[in-house]
Amino acid sequence: MNKRQFLQAGAAAIAALALGPARADGVDPGAVARHYAVLVQAGYDDTLASALALQAAVQAFAAAPAAPALATAREAWRAAREVYGQTEAFRFYGGPIDDGQGPEGRLNAWPLDEAYIDSVRGKPGAGLVNQPKLAITKATLARLNERGGEENISTGWHAIEFMLWGQDFDDAGPGDRSPDDFVDGRAPNADRRRRYLLTVSELLVDDLRRLSAAWAPGVRNYRARFERGGVESVRKMIVGIGSLSRGELAGERMEVALNTQDQEDEHSCFSDNTHRDIVANALGIENVWLGRYARRDGSVLQGASLRELVAARDAALAERVTRQVAASVAAARAIQAPFDREIVGAKDAPGRQRVQKTIDSVVQQSRDFVDAATALGIRRLTLAQP
Amino acid sequence: MKRLGLAALAGLALAAAASRGAAPDDDPAGILTGGATTVFADGRNAFSFPLATLSDEERTRFAVGNSFFRRNWVEAPSSTAARDGLGPHFIARSCGGCHVQDGRGAPPDATRRPPEAPVALLMRLSVPGLGEHGDVRPEPVYGDQFNPAAVPGVRPEGRVTIRVEPVAGRFADGTRYRLMRPVYGFAELGYGPMAADVLVGPRIAPQLAGVGLLEAIPEAEILKNAADQAAAGGPVRGQPNRVWDDLAGERRLGRFGWKANVATLAQQTAGAFVGDIGITSARHPQPPCTAAQADCRAAPGGGRDGGPEIDERTLGDVVFYQAMLAPAARRRADDPRVQRGQALFHAAGCAACHRPSYVTGESPFPALASPKLAGQRIHPYTDLLLHDLGEGLADGRPDFQASGRQWKTPPLWGLGLIRGVNGHQRLLHDGRADGVLEAVLWHGGEAEPARQHVLRLNRAERDALVRFVESL
Repeated sequence: MNKRQFLQAGAAAIAALALGPARADGVDPGAVARHYAVLVQAGYDDTLASALALQAAVQAFAAAPAAPALATAREAWRAAREVYGQTEAFRFYGGPIDDGQGPEGRLNAWPLDEAYIDSVRGKPGAGLVNQPKLAITKATLARLNERGGEENISTGWHAIEFMLWGQDFDDAGPGDRSPDDFVDGRAPNADRRRRYLLTVSELLVDDLRRLSAAWAPGVRNYRARFERGGVESVRKMIVGIGSLSRGELAGERMEVALNTQDQEDEHSCFSDNTHRDIVANALGIENVWLGRYARRDGSVLQGASLRELVAARDAALAERVTRQVAASVAAARAIQAPFDREIVGAKDAPGRQRVQKTIDSVVQQSRDFVDAATALGIRRLTLAQP
Repeated sequence: MKRLGLAALAGLALAAAASRGAAPDDDPAGILTGGATTVFADGRNAFSFPLATLSDEERTRFAVGNSFFRRNWVEAPSSTAARDGLGPHFIARSCGGCHVQDGRGAPPDATRRPPEAPVALLMRLSVPGLGEHGDVRPEPVYGDQFNPAAVPGVRPEGRVTIRVEPVAGRFADGTRYRLMRPVYGFAELGYGPMAADVLVGPRIAPQLAGVGLLEAIPEAEILKNAADQAAAGGPVRGQPNRVWDDLAGERRLGRFGWKANVATLAQQTAGAFVGDIGITSARHPQPPCTAAQADCRAAPGGGRDGGPEIDERTLGDVVFYQAMLAPAARRRADDPRVQRGQALFHAAGCAACHRPSYVTGESPFPALASPKLAGQRIHPYTDLLLHDLGEGLADGRPDFQASGRQWKTPPLWGLGLIRGVNGHQRLLHDGRADGVLEAVLWHGGEAEPARQHVLRLNRAERDALVRFVESL
């Protein structure tokens, strides 16, 4: 901490003491928390709907494996990821997605060791698909997820992704698994591969249903407690977007990949969809800040926001944060596909600079969120005031 | 001049940290478990956040270290050059394989049929006597730990078998309890029988949050614990372990491992890479194949040009990553039942060994740590000393100066978060205790009076005691 920041932090603390709990005209922590719950519910409901569409596409493909049906399933997966990626802003505070029972590890664990699931180049007998003694059920795959290694991922978005695309050996594009892998007589254990794909898709839908229920309005559930949480709920919102910004999006999903220049460190490495994952995360953070969400059907939800709550204390700070999160979304949109090529090269390679620019912006916004929290008198974060 | 400037800045940061709540006066309930480094976290990610005070550069290094911590290593030769060199023998493919989400491992469910292989529970092996540095003598055929897995073309060492025997007892109020004592064996041994006098020590993988702060506790404070306990004249008489540290090239105070048989995180990490995953490093250039394991010795390595499989920089990043894992703040400290439990904890004498707090000093290897670790008032609840806990818990396997009946007092911080991270609360060195109360009931030896105290508590008091420990 330099001296100026230290003095600022002190000044903010004094301001918080003087003002008491954050409150502005028409916008108080309760209203912000209630509207946030509306956004979360809409986000998970949209994800569930898009996952059901994915499941239907997967079922059609499994019933008659052929290239057009596989292409349809892949498109459905991409479409669902656009929505799910935005909901990742609701992670990291021990809510329904990642409390002790939360399904996050079953839904979106990565990176994934594909040889844990199915055969890979040079290892035709690898993976759970090729162990005929193992019954492929939702319970079995859930139990085997993360067993013996954090990369031993058997379920979730990326397991489905690997099923649909296969390994990516193409510098210019994604993996291109043959539909024949799912046709009896054309690939070993094709029946088990179909069963696997159907089972993980069903498990994904089950988990999303539970998230949707935890955030459903008007019943005794997590949402009801969250809506009564006041400033504590606002704290959780900031922990979510701050942790996603710094630790996950900047750190795990971009800095590591820039450091290793390795496709293995790419979030959606089979489908080459990583550039969209990054945009969806950045957008999800902006949604929470602005109290806004553009739904799958095109309608837009808008209501009491963190931005307004902070603006009532420090309008200039709120404006700065708004600009920064917008800059992050813009920087993320500038990253080009495929991400595994974007990260390769010398420091001045244009792709690496685009990724670095996004990292810098997201890191800056995580600092801004700490300032925003401080302005609201909130201290209990996962990041300290630098 | 430049160095002076840096020192002045560091001083300012420390002063700022203290003024922000690291001083005990500001935090009487010890909410800030790790001082200014504390994160406010629970749920699945509770053990996975870096120190709250880390700089951006340090956060980047943390993320890079994390990727090597959790990534699976693959057998050589492979196309993934960065993580090539698994085995030949191994227990897990990654650090995260046992420390899932930086958390704690559990023994397999002994009732499941067919039996599950243990993952985060390893078996240390030795024969009586002392090695070159006062360390253990490895079992001649299987080495110093048992590896149930191997790369293709190499025999696995075999399979661990576990059966459990119930141990029944009752509290003073008549409530019955039943503990489960595991009995270990080996089957399908790949290289013939073990030595007749083999000593077997089961070890579960502990959660990691806070280990960098434990490493920064001044040695004098730990020695003071031993002196204070001796001066008290009671049954509690902790002893430090003195262990060989490769990196330091000298004997040091042991802090890590269930018998404090490792002094530093760097030593622990390099040892685990080679012992558990089969990844060689500058300090451990050879995979641990014994003379009797010709197939193991003949297997190809994954290092480039005959070098080690993990380079010093990457190994350093993994050490740094672990050292930066932050303890999470206490929860529910204002709950009256938790406060009652705290009083009972002290009344029962638990705090004699589970010492609540310290102020941290310097880390042993500055290049592998952050200056943010220093000068923090932390609340780990350990004395880092060895204690005789009686025959019931003894594994009969000495390690440096630790006897077969002695165990290092494990820190209690974060214990209430294990369920959220790992979905269980299996405690003690081999995870035999299911929950806090069972762990207490396994205590004997020096802790027998404390156990007797707990046996006399009524249900509400026992509940309060557990709530307190789970609030840490």
